[in-house]
Amino acid sequence: MTAAVFFGCAFIAFGPALALYIFTIATEPLRVIFLIIGAFFWLVSLLFSSLFWFMARTITDNKDGPIQKYLLILGVLVSVLIQEMFRFMYYKLLKKASEGLKSINPDETAPSMRLLAYVSGLGFGIMSGVFAFVNTLSDSLGPGTVGIHGDSPQFFLNSAFMTLVIILLHVFWGIIFFDGCEKKKWSALLVVLLTHLLVSALTFISPHYGINLVSTYIIMVLMGIWAFFVAGGSCRSLKFCLLCQDKDFLLFNQRSR
Amino acid sequence: MIFPSRDFKVLSGFSSDLEARGVLCSPEPGTPQGRAMLTFMASDSEEEVCDERTSLMSAESPPPRCCQEARQGLEDGENAAQWRSQDSEEDLDDADRYVCSGVPGQPLGLEEELTLKYGAKHVIMLFVPVTLCMIVVVATIKSVRFYTEKNGQLPYGAGREQSLQPAISLSIYTPFTEDTPSVGQRLLNSVLNTLIMISVIVAMTIFLVVLYKYRCYKFIHGWLIMSSLMLLFLFTYIYLGEVLKTYNVAMDYPTLFLTVWNFGAVGMVCIHWKGPLVLQQAYLIMISALMALVFIKYLPEWSAWVILGAISVYDLVAVLCPKGPLRMLVETAQERNEPIFPALIYSSAMVWTVGMAKLDPSSQGALQLPYDPEMEEDSYDSFGEPSYPEVFEPPLPGSPEGELEEEEERGVKLGLGDFIFYSVLVGKAAATGSGDWNTTLACFVAILIGLCLTLLLLAVFKKALPALPISITFGLIFYFSTDNLVRPFMDTLASHQLYI
Repeated sequence: MTAAVFFGCAFIAFGPALALYIFTIATEPLRVIFLIIGAFFWLVSLLFSSLFWFMARTITDNKDGPIQKYLLILGVLVSVLIQEMFRFMYYKLLKKASEGLKSINPDETAPSMRLLAYVSGLGFGIMSGVFAFVNTLSDSLGPGTVGIHGDSPQFFLNSAFMTLVIILLHVFWGIIFFDGCEKKKWSALLVVLLTHLLVSALTFISPHYGINLVSTYIIMVLMGIWAFFVAGGSCRSLKFCLLCQDKDFLLFNQRSR
Repeated sequence: MIFPSRDFKVLSGFSSDLEARGVLCSPEPGTPQGRAMLTFMASDSEEEVCDERTSLMSAESPPPRCCQEARQGLEDGENAAQWRSQDSEEDLDDADRYVCSGVPGQPLGLEEELTLKYGAKHVIMLFVPVTLCMIVVVATIKSVRFYTEKNGQLPYGAGREQSLQPAISLSIYTPFTEDTPSVGQRLLNSVLNTLIMISVIVAMTIFLVVLYKYRCYKFIHGWLIMSSLMLLFLFTYIYLGEVLKTYNVAMDYPTLFLTVWNFGAVGMVCIHWKGPLVLQQAYLIMISALMALVFIKYLPEWSAWVILGAISVYDLVAVLCPKGPLRMLVETAQERNEPIFPALIYSSAMVWTVGMAKLDPSSQGALQLPYDPEMEEDSYDSFGEPSYPEVFEPPLPGSPEGELEEEEERGVKLGLGDFIFYSVLVGKAAATGSGDWNTTLACFVAILIGLCLTLLLLAVFKKALPALPISITFGLIFYFSTDNLVRPFMDTLASHQLYI
């Protein structure tokens, strides 16, 4: 607890997202706007999922017992479905918007669909991560002992890592999803939906953090690789980038000379 | 109220004949009126512009040529700037008037590029101050207990007398207590409180319009100066006192006096006279935050929500109805060809000095610090030049040679009432959402989206628009739904450590 845990967990969970924001999005106003609209879409999807869960709970008259757990599980799965639906709707909106922009102004380079896929994924991810973790974070600032009743003392760390992986997953899912929509490859959409369901379902076994986290990270790495290739990367470009031999780097060096 | 100081066109196919001209009307914070309006009005100097424009190109000229000339014109960056400097400060951005006006259906290239770039940039230029104001308010609410305590539980100490004053003044406006046993009674009381508050605001606005109509500028300025004095000194003193108490930091009276005096004096100078734009913006954000904190503390709970709703309706009516006071104010200012109440409007405009290619290649594409007189001219044009005729001075001492040209960046202006009410909404969400950050964040995102939509509408309709309704509606919807639906869901998920 206290400041060390707060800052540590905050930076674990949100550090990469913040870095991505600062380096790729903060400089361009249009991207910031699309990020916020993406966050808004996720928020609306959460609203609908909560509404569904609330209605389901009122229908079953708030009885305690296993039924609540089943309702919660159902709520989670429906929520994932609704999130992906809203991702699709956001894709449609962006498609219309960029067609509009292109028709009015063919010269101006409007953001490409790939970039918008990344931005929207990041928007979804940031909002999702923030909503999941911020209350826990603010509690970690106060006094207390974690796990005093027998729960795991790694509660905060686990939550932080889970939040991080969810944010990154949303980014990759966004890229893959939009690419699938563009190329009409509906299998990609299905895979995104299924992996999202899988990741959420894995969290049901929550006390066993090890399996949960490790498998989610593996899924994240796989999605990352897929998204990399979908976004136009290749082994060759990766090699050049890592060896600092890519075009941009070379041109930059020449300019500075 | 939100309005552009220049043409603010996003996705506009072709410029209409109406030029955009920013106009403001914002109530000062001393009076508890805070409503916002987007104004965007036609200028009267269109005729002179026409002549210059027709000399450059005719309205019927074929697109490629006019686009090219426009490109020329813009690269040189002058003619627009030149007679703009002779004309009123609020002169139109004639740069895009050059471009293919009245040739519908043709690709407009440069104009669209510029307007789109400017459009997104100005949205961000408004997002940042609104976000900053909300951050200040939420940070204060979450850390300083004073602003969430109700009046009956005032903390001990010297702050008591000062903090009672705003309580007394505001409880005059909200006399019906909310400490009633039944829900219906409480609701009724809050509606009555709202009616009183709104009628006070309407009365103040009409009074302001009447004063403006009969040219009592000195009175208005005195009023504005008194209210900013109160905000900058009294409320800052109370705020500082409470913050120091919260963090248990001791400060002796001489230091306190020096701090508050410097803060207040520089604030008065920046807001009402001349000062760096960033400092002016910072002060305006701070006084909006202070005012919002006062509202959050002293308005009873349910009344605050009903007031927020009612004030967005009032804003809508006042700005859009033909007989609305704000609209009449705008039209009067338009007839007189002068800006209204330059104080208490947040301006995002920047001033560049662009060197002409022929004469001054070294400052080509300059984004450097502008020539001070020009900047001050521009900034006090936006902010409250006491005597209106001075507003129209040509800003460039060297303009005959055309050596340094002023190209005013198109900016958007947002009334301080908007800042205040946005921050009240988010602050109340932070204060009453049972310590829940999700509600606060949801309201924050909702307000930003509302602002985005409002700016889009501004670009489409090109006229005065109220900035409160859409944002406050979204904010209220998201507050109540997040507090009642999303919070239990997320809490249950978090307690079981499930992730969606």
